[in-house]
Amino acid sequence: MSPDVYNFRLYITGDAPNSLQAMANLAQLCETHLPDRYEIEIVDVLLDPTRALTEKIYMTPTLITESPYPGHRIVGTLSHTEPILQILGLGAAQRRNYPGLKERDAAPQLRRPEESAQ
Amino acid sequence: MTVQPIRPNLTTKAPTGITGLDEITGGGLPRGRTTLLVGGSGSGKTILALQFLVNGIRQRDEPGIFVAFEETPARIVGNAETFGWNLPELLEEKLFFMDAQPQADLVRSGTFDLSGMLVALGAKAAELGAKRIVFDALDIMLALLEDPIAQRREIYRLHAWLLAHELTGIVTLKAESDTHGSLHQPFGFMQFMVDCAVILNHTVVLGVSQRNLRVQKYRGSSFDENESPFLIGKSGFEVAVTRTLGRGDAEVTNERVSSGVERLDTMLGGGYYRGASVLITGFPGTAKTTLSGAFAEAACQRGERTMFVSFDSDSNEVIRNLGSVGIQLNRFVDDGTLHMVSARTITGSAETYLVRIKTLAKEHRARCLVVDPVSTLSKSGNELTAHSVAERLIDWSKAEGITLVCTSLLDEMSSQSEAGSPLQISTLADTWIHLNYLVQAGERNRGMSIIKSRGTAHSNQVRELILSDAGITVTDTYTAGGEVLMGTMRWEKESAERHAREADAVAVKLRTVKLEAEEAELDARVKSLQVELAAKLTEKAVLARSAEIHEQELLLGRERIRELRGTDAGREERGGAK
Repeated sequence: MSPDVYNFRLYITGDAPNSLQAMANLAQLCETHLPDRYEIEIVDVLLDPTRALTEKIYMTPTLITESPYPGHRIVGTLSHTEPILQILGLGAAQRRNYPGLKERDAAPQLRRPEESAQ
Repeated sequence: MTVQPIRPNLTTKAPTGITGLDEITGGGLPRGRTTLLVGGSGSGKTILALQFLVNGIRQRDEPGIFVAFEETPARIVGNAETFGWNLPELLEEKLFFMDAQPQADLVRSGTFDLSGMLVALGAKAAELGAKRIVFDALDIMLALLEDPIAQRREIYRLHAWLLAHELTGIVTLKAESDTHGSLHQPFGFMQFMVDCAVILNHTVVLGVSQRNLRVQKYRGSSFDENESPFLIGKSGFEVAVTRTLGRGDAEVTNERVSSGVERLDTMLGGGYYRGASVLITGFPGTAKTTLSGAFAEAACQRGERTMFVSFDSDSNEVIRNLGSVGIQLNRFVDDGTLHMVSARTITGSAETYLVRIKTLAKEHRARCLVVDPVSTLSKSGNELTAHSVAERLIDWSKAEGITLVCTSLLDEMSSQSEAGSPLQISTLADTWIHLNYLVQAGERNRGMSIIKSRGTAHSNQVRELILSDAGITVTDTYTAGGEVLMGTMRWEKESAERHAREADAVAVKLRTVKLEAEEAELDARVKSLQVELAAKLTEKAVLARSAEIHEQELLLGRERIRELRGTDAGREERGGAK
């Protein structure tokens, strides 16, 4: 059911704080939940603004998950991991059998995700 | 340390090309700066902003970008079709729509910013050479940022980006303003940041919709601070403005135009002035429409394009009714000189009426305009604005050089005095003709008086207005005991005078005949005496002659006797006779 490799494309704007944070959060998420099963493409819209225009990337950072199908857009610093995991089919209910999970990830946090990330 | 002005070209403005708005702002929106456009739902923000772009492209060749957060560009382009802006032909090179609606399946995780969009827009702006940009419904995007600090941060980011790119920007925000016109948080602080803030207001007063626009601030420029009504008309936004101070006066002329009633022209010293506004007031049925119809007919006869706006009846009814008093408007409607407009079908605020009248008059290139009655403007729900609308109607027609005749209905219940027409426009009108009923001797007759007529000598008399098949006439006046006689009393007086005149004429004739007879008689007598005289003279001559002859005879006889006697007695006798 789960694909062999998860493909991510992350649109960032240079070294803006939000972008840096998103890159770090994505890397951590992948390492935690998808070790060795992910590919990340980083697109810096400062370097390629036309691409942002054609792909309608208006809010940065934006993460596009291409596989598993269907793709999704996730906007923000990715500090709140639970919605991302759900999209990837790795939600709390779905990953009950996975070993090595922390309690924190199992309980969705709805309030003030930024604060909890810090 | 010296302070360098950041943007020395502050005074330059980007004209919006929107009727009225450029007048209010003294030339347009601040160029290279941000203008905040705030209003409730359906207040016309998108239309105003889009028209700013379209006019920029068409009139100034300034390409523009429209960032749509709320509607799809296809819908916006479709909606703009009704205004005839023909956006599709601009889309390729001059106008770019960015569909920035947040996707429905968007997942939010942590905070984000708009820098990606601004980078993309920067590239697009450079490509187009864009000078103008609109962010429509920025609040949609801001709402995704639940944190007010993040909202503020993004607004500052946007503002800084606009300044850096020297784009003239409009940012629209949905916000219900309170009665004082100030905005509710969280966007209120944006008003302090931007250089120009325009507030659109849409209220319903007694069931009639009123739209108002107000410029709340404009850094570095003077502006009209009052609320100005506006209308979303056939070709977009139109803001109603009175002629502001400092604008040139309309040209005035001494040319007169006929009122359509010959004797009224005489009373006015030649007619109405061209470009004047004429007010005809009166109670129902006092022939206001007829008088204005006569004006329209006279204008058409001079070949001047005329528009007749009737709020009371359908065009055909007006034509038929005027036909009954000898005013034939049909032919002028047929040849296109006269444009009849029945405004019964137009509903809405007084502003709507005004804008429609102005638009139609412009389309018809009217030189003369009749509005019958203008008091309709003040019907329920419009009392607040009707006065200023009527003012602006007069103002506008003056500026355009259009001769305006408007009628105004006086409420019979209100006051029988002549003072105070409902809209108080009598002070603005150049000529004010008042029609009323005078009740005299059990009759109700139409009286007409000229209350004022600026710049012309005018008759001070109340005249009677008579409608007949042949048209309108103003009668001679008869006064008796200080009252103007009207109706039957006038007729009686007239016929009495006529009788008296006839009797006089007959008497003179009679006397002439008599005198002629006497003259003839005397003539005859002179002749007979002359004949008699001649006879006497002849007789006298005859007598003298016969006496002479007799004497000669005697003399001859005596000499004969002497000769016969042969004596000289006769000599002595003759000597003795010496």
